[in-house]
Amino acid sequence: METKNIMIVGVGGQGSLLASKLLGQLLMAQGYDVKVSEVHGMSQRGGSVVTYVRYGDRVFSPVIDKGCADFIVSFEELEAARWLEYLRPDGQIVTSTQQIDPMPVVIGAASYPEHLIDKMKQAGAKVDALDCLSLAREAGSSKAVNIVLMGRLSHYFDLPEEAWMTALEAVVPPKFLELNKKAFALGRNA
Amino acid sequence: MTKRLMLGNAAAARGLWEAGCAVVSSYPGTPSTEITEEAAKFDEIYCEWAPNEKVAMETAFGASLAGKRSFCGMKHVGLNVAADPLFTVSYTGVNAGMVIAVADDPGMHSSQNEQDSRHYAEAAKIPMLEPSDSAESLAFAKAAFDLSEEFDTPVLLKMCTRVAHSQSLVETGERVTPPARPYEKNIGKYVMMPGNAIRRHPFVEERTRRLAALAETSPLNRVEEGSDRSVGIVTSSTCYQYVKEVCGDRYPVLKLGMIWPMPDEKLKAFAASVGRLVVVEELDPFIENHCRVLGLSPAGKELFSPLGEFSQNIVAEKLGLPVPKGAQLGETVPGRPPVMCAGCPHRGLFYTLKNNKCTVLGDIGCYTLGAVPPLATIEMTLCMGASISGLHGFNKALGRESESRTVCVIGDSTFMHSGMTGLANVAYNQSNSTVIILDNSITGMTGHQQNPTTGYNIKGDPAGKIDLESLCKAMGFRRVRVVDPYDLAACDAAVKEELAAEEPSVIISRRPCALLKYVKHKAPLRVNTDKCVGCKSCMRIGCPAISIKEGKARVDATLCVGCGVCGQLCRLNAFESTGKEA
Repeated sequence: METKNIMIVGVGGQGSLLASKLLGQLLMAQGYDVKVSEVHGMSQRGGSVVTYVRYGDRVFSPVIDKGCADFIVSFEELEAARWLEYLRPDGQIVTSTQQIDPMPVVIGAASYPEHLIDKMKQAGAKVDALDCLSLAREAGSSKAVNIVLMGRLSHYFDLPEEAWMTALEAVVPPKFLELNKKAFALGRNA
Repeated sequence: MTKRLMLGNAAAARGLWEAGCAVVSSYPGTPSTEITEEAAKFDEIYCEWAPNEKVAMETAFGASLAGKRSFCGMKHVGLNVAADPLFTVSYTGVNAGMVIAVADDPGMHSSQNEQDSRHYAEAAKIPMLEPSDSAESLAFAKAAFDLSEEFDTPVLLKMCTRVAHSQSLVETGERVTPPARPYEKNIGKYVMMPGNAIRRHPFVEERTRRLAALAETSPLNRVEEGSDRSVGIVTSSTCYQYVKEVCGDRYPVLKLGMIWPMPDEKLKAFAASVGRLVVVEELDPFIENHCRVLGLSPAGKELFSPLGEFSQNIVAEKLGLPVPKGAQLGETVPGRPPVMCAGCPHRGLFYTLKNNKCTVLGDIGCYTLGAVPPLATIEMTLCMGASISGLHGFNKALGRESESRTVCVIGDSTFMHSGMTGLANVAYNQSNSTVIILDNSITGMTGHQQNPTTGYNIKGDPAGKIDLESLCKAMGFRRVRVVDPYDLAACDAAVKEELAAEEPSVIISRRPCALLKYVKHKAPLRVNTDKCVGCKSCMRIGCPAISIKEGKARVDATLCVGCGVCGQLCRLNAFESTGKEA
């Protein structure tokens, strides 16, 4: 199988680590070779962050390059747009509609671009935009945006829901499992 | 054997454990930190955070001398700090195996430079292994211990960001405790005074010759055949993965797992077996230059940049292969640089320094973000500890003119690492310097590691605690004061008074990092829109929780921790508590 590429993008501190852990667990259990690459340190402090998840028969590079991502999963609209160039021509974006002003916008040196979802569609991307923050709150915690997004992403995978649940159980502490299952279902069925 | 998805650093730690390593001493530094954090999870390994890399390496050497396999890990610039013991432990050699991990950061995700640590292997004449994924990180860590004992040498394990911070599948094994190597007194080997060192140097040269011979036959260096011999590629580390991603089995590849000493005959034979020889390596032309010494003429840096990280598309482009293209948004979007967190205790202090128009010499840590707008206060950052020494030199050069307006800022962990010696210079050579220690009670930037001022060790258990006030006083500082950086009036008074004082002083700006789990936050604030006139005074502190929406300030309740610094800037008292504790 040709190597498949999933990028998880967002703002430092939004919880992409758990999302990539879930995907790694899920894909490894399906028997794939898997690589996950993340960056630690300074960029985590509220900066733009990206995690790469790759799987297939044999994966070499740990990173995803421009024009190669099958999926871009984004916690934030502007971040989805920032990484658009990494999407392959027939790739799918799954994004939360949350908007977080970056510091250049906060201090008035730039403005938050308008109509980003339309612009990404005009550029040829398939975009599935969802208010994941509201769904996460509905599930019981604003921190569950990551699992809402995973639920939405699962929609595009030809895998039984059971496989996702098994992976979820492996990466989430028992006391948060019900909340996360609810968040997953809200994303998957939205 | 089941396979596990492991971070390169975690796999290296697993390798230490399987190899029977017993003592680990390190200083945290991205991207090396998790090796030691993961090693600390094994009960069989004594693990600690040392105050700096030099101390860590010397501690590891002492453990090796005593007969236990030992390890120290650090980032590339950390090896500069530890370079002093490094060059001489090459001469003494080891008793039990000793492995030193050094993690480079091409692309500078979290570093102040992009140095290539491979040069240290050649300069210190110490063999260096370079894994390309997690499985090799584990295997090479184990191999490094065997090499260390067989050749009586410390061994360098060279990581880079993409190997250290990528997860890939690993088959784990069990721990094998190596045979005991009791300590034996050997003054000629371990006391490096001239008369002894002069006898050890020939040993080092002979050892290098034996290691070079090993490199010719070791499975660490392997040729992978290709169907098209018009091109042959020499590579290592993560670049090997990019090459295989792009070329598959098309071109033959000489993959170097031991990057120093290099297998000269293997390189020459490989070059002779292919048409065009290409070297793919990040940063400096280390392999390439060695090939040139051997009389080979590879294409290397004429194709590939010495700057930053590579990727599969870069390798494809330089080899003349097709490069995928992605969609274009048609406009540039605003950047999202890292920022000080909401509630960061550094913010109030930096605002005070900006307000007092201070010249601020900075150091290495989260607080380096004090150099970015809107605070844009730090004017110099060089290396660990340079803020204090730099301030002393600055003040010696300019005298009273600068002493009354120049300060330095240094974090608690960085102060323990390399700040104390600079402070000793201020005390000894008497510059009227104002040193500010930003004590957030943790090593923040690298992800919350304990240090000698926190009172806890790497496992979170109670440990020795160095008292900063007593330390500064013992060095001879009479003016040592503590301020709360959330209290802007107190910060302002402290900075004004200490700059005006006719003697050197230390201000300790003390409040724990807002991200620490034990820190209790106040309820988030909100803006009373009847009071707010949109003057943007509160925007001067660059808090990511505050923005201007429809002409008025707005607080993001999911980010705000109720620190109240913004409220002290508001003339109209528009910031109010939501009353809901987080």
